[in-house]
Amino acid sequence: MMVLRKPKKDMKYILATDVGSTTTKARFFMKNEEGEWRFLVAGEAPTTVETPYEDVTLGVRNAVREIEELTSYKILSEEASGIVVPFDGERGVDLYCTTSSAGGGLQMMVAGNVKSITAESANRAALGAGAIVMDVIAIDDGREDYEKIRRIRTLRPDMILLAGGTDGGTIFHVLMIAELVKAAKPMPRLGMGYNLPVIFAGNKDARPQVKELLGEDFSLSVVDNLRPVLEKETIEPTRRNIHELFMEHVMSHAPGYTKLTKWTDIDIMPTPAGEGMAMQLIANAYKSNILGVGLGGATTNIYSIFDGRLVRSVSANLGMSYSICNVLKEATVGKILRWVPFGMEEKELINMLRNKMIRPTTIPQTLKELIIEHAVAREAIRLGFEHHKTIATRLRGVKVERALADIFEQSLAETYIEMIKIGIIVGTGGLLSHAPRRAQSLMILMDAFQPVGVTRMFQDSVFMMPHLGVLSTVYPEAAWQIFDKDCLLRLGTVIAPLGEAKDGEKVMEVRLETQSGESEARQMNFGEISSISLGEGKEADIIISPAKEFDVGAGRGKALETKVKGGVVGVVLDARGRPMNLPEEKRKETLLRWISSLSLYPDAQMRDLAEA
Amino acid sequence: MDKFDNVMESEEKTYAYTPGLKVKEYMTLSKKRVLPISGRVLVKEGQTVSPETVVAEMKMLGEPHIVKAALLLRIEPNEINEHMLKAVGDKVDEGEVIAQYIAFFGLIKRFVKSPVTGTIENIGASGWVTVRKPPVIVDLKAYIPGIVKEIIPERGAVIETSASYIQGIFGVGGETYGPLRVLVNSFDEVLTAEMITPESKGKIIVGGSFVTLKAVRKATEVGVAGIVVGGFGGDDLTGLLGYEMGVAITGEEEIGTTLIITEGFGEIAMSHRSFSLLKKLEGQVACISGATQIRAGVIRPEVIIPQEQVKEKAIEDEISSGMRPGTPIRIIRQPYFGYLGSVVSLPMELQTMESESNVRVVEVELDDGRRVTVPRANVEIIEI
Repeated sequence: MMVLRKPKKDMKYILATDVGSTTTKARFFMKNEEGEWRFLVAGEAPTTVETPYEDVTLGVRNAVREIEELTSYKILSEEASGIVVPFDGERGVDLYCTTSSAGGGLQMMVAGNVKSITAESANRAALGAGAIVMDVIAIDDGREDYEKIRRIRTLRPDMILLAGGTDGGTIFHVLMIAELVKAAKPMPRLGMGYNLPVIFAGNKDARPQVKELLGEDFSLSVVDNLRPVLEKETIEPTRRNIHELFMEHVMSHAPGYTKLTKWTDIDIMPTPAGEGMAMQLIANAYKSNILGVGLGGATTNIYSIFDGRLVRSVSANLGMSYSICNVLKEATVGKILRWVPFGMEEKELINMLRNKMIRPTTIPQTLKELIIEHAVAREAIRLGFEHHKTIATRLRGVKVERALADIFEQSLAETYIEMIKIGIIVGTGGLLSHAPRRAQSLMILMDAFQPVGVTRMFQDSVFMMPHLGVLSTVYPEAAWQIFDKDCLLRLGTVIAPLGEAKDGEKVMEVRLETQSGESEARQMNFGEISSISLGEGKEADIIISPAKEFDVGAGRGKALETKVKGGVVGVVLDARGRPMNLPEEKRKETLLRWISSLSLYPDAQMRDLAEA
Repeated sequence: MDKFDNVMESEEKTYAYTPGLKVKEYMTLSKKRVLPISGRVLVKEGQTVSPETVVAEMKMLGEPHIVKAALLLRIEPNEINEHMLKAVGDKVDEGEVIAQYIAFFGLIKRFVKSPVTGTIENIGASGWVTVRKPPVIVDLKAYIPGIVKEIIPERGAVIETSASYIQGIFGVGGETYGPLRVLVNSFDEVLTAEMITPESKGKIIVGGSFVTLKAVRKATEVGVAGIVVGGFGGDDLTGLLGYEMGVAITGEEEIGTTLIITEGFGEIAMSHRSFSLLKKLEGQVACISGATQIRAGVIRPEVIIPQEQVKEKAIEDEISSGMRPGTPIRIIRQPYFGYLGSVVSLPMELQTMESESNVRVVEVELDDGRRVTVPRANVEIIEI
């Protein structure tokens, strides 16, 4: 419920937090004398959802207390009852809002008739609402009924989304799915004092029977069919209902959230939903196709906004702390070590990652451990993006108008994401935002996503995209001002031609001319990477002339004349080829050369590590 | 920040750190033993219980079996009720006919039999019939000896006992108990297969810095109840479980024994305090659980050694309130992983580490006299 305690025009201070799975991050914003909203300071503290604390508000207080220490400004009430809202002339903030993914976030099970039609639509609706989808059950998912029942029984989700059938069509199949759910009687994850919420978003003609079947044992809510006809997907009513139930059932049963809900002015939002809104702000502002990643401690969220269509995927098992060993499991040791430019025993890597898993809030103090975490991050994003491409498929988009014949070819559908048409890549999450050198996060994003053509690279400066996403729901002007000035760090522009060649062969010639008349020309050969300095806010004219086997956006061998924007890293020329393959021979030397070209890590320590 | 006119008093202690692992020689321990769903509580307040006492029992819903009756009878789903011989709530035996279709004066006969013994739960509009097997009774044992302090209606009870208590960092395997047997001479000695003899059967064996995979396998062969040790190989864990663990949620593994590591993965000496306590209590019965859950409500593995009576003032379980100069800590990440020391100072300003990360730090005097600066996130408080 939105209840602002002061008119927006009179607001002076805003506090936003994100209660993450590992860390609670508080961000403090203030309106300056020119009337412009700016980010002021950050405070962070471990999340206290777990024993012995079991109260998320402790972590919030600790994070806010850090802001108080850094600013000498009081925000917390003296009686430890919460945050002073609104600003009373001496202390407090005018608006407090938060996102949350602590305690596992929102975990859902999705069920539908046909795997590639309604079940997929339901999956996308749940993901779009910020949920982690534990499983997708469908009549044709290849499992026997008893296997489906067993699976539903063991899942213990926060809620179930049930879809199936078009309006006016047969109700037979969707009732089958409802009967499976009834037979399984799954328990809600957070306790037993309430019935598990089930959302029915299927054939409207089946509503009476579904109510009869599930009404007694479950907390059933009915919304518009998310596939009323085959050619249309209507996700919004389902997404809204998921958010309402998230607040009503999930948040109210998580430790300390009832208290936190009283502190906030607007509904607590799942972190990925906040992140998704922030991604949308970027796409709207730049009118570009974008790819984004929220690399968290427990999950990796990938967002794409392609031709105006926002798709989110979550890899619930890929993360940088709690789930770091899942990255190891899915990527394998070899895939992680391939990014490491020094010798390391597999055993040492495994122990290091397992220790991170059991002590997830620790941070790398040594360069060696930092480089290892960066290697894992590349693999987590790469795997997350692979997963994303299986969801962002041509025939599964929102309101896709298509011929009936196409629908039966869904299994053949491939992703519609074309890297050459992606104009912006954005990274957020603790590891990326806290990377000591900005070039490190640019390189991680570049190695994992492998942008093609001319792509701008952005980064969340101090991890506040979820905060600004939730703020944008009530105060979009303030959210965008902070976003543009303080959050969205322009790393630079990557130029990476599509194609492959042999080491040393010419890939492209680049001629760049700045607005002040300075010019620079470079020839890039295969396997090289380098950068041209072009600061944040600067623009330059560039002519990229690729070799005949390479395409930079204008066609194979055709020159592209365009403008490029600068950033803290500058314009990065990546001639490592697309798809990029790490050389098996002289791999470490090659990695060291790339590291040196972009000054990714301190030279002296890097040399010591490589020689050790 | 000169923008603000309300200057705050400086704080003498700092908050927000990794909760330390408990090592307590004497404490009054309360264990909540609750069923995952409602059931029947079988103990009374004030009752003395042993680890084997059944505290509560529950009926687990029997497994449902779906019979596609309409399909088998070759009728329309909406005709199913006309052909059912049994109604919802009727008990049926395995093989018993529950629905039939007879046409042409008996020339065409089709029958549907129940696949299991159970109860008809649902006759669906889809033409499916659900037969649910009888419920399964599941017992919840006390796990530790003690007195029933409180009854939680329909869920279980709180058992209170005086005990020595050691929290581990990670474990595999469930709840078990047995007498403690220390197999190494020092907290930094590796526990090897050769040290495990048939005398260790039914015991909780204690190692030092590491246990080899071979030793764990030998322990299983011999029938060792549990192993408590400083470290274990990250790759050996995969060898032991037969699969690669992705997230630390454990306690259900069936590996023939329970393994608890107190420090972490790799060869890391067991903390001197934990080792000395275990050595001192050798021969006494320890109740252990390997259950670990790092996410969504932390559960750490534990070693509970019940004491008949509290010899010193028992300390109630309490939440650590923060770090101050003098607070004993353990460093939990490289380059000083496993070192013990005490807090010297807690500088307010961010400091740059070797990794170039700017972080809030703590200055620590290590037990060997060296002074080091480490990220605050990389230490845990030793709770005394």
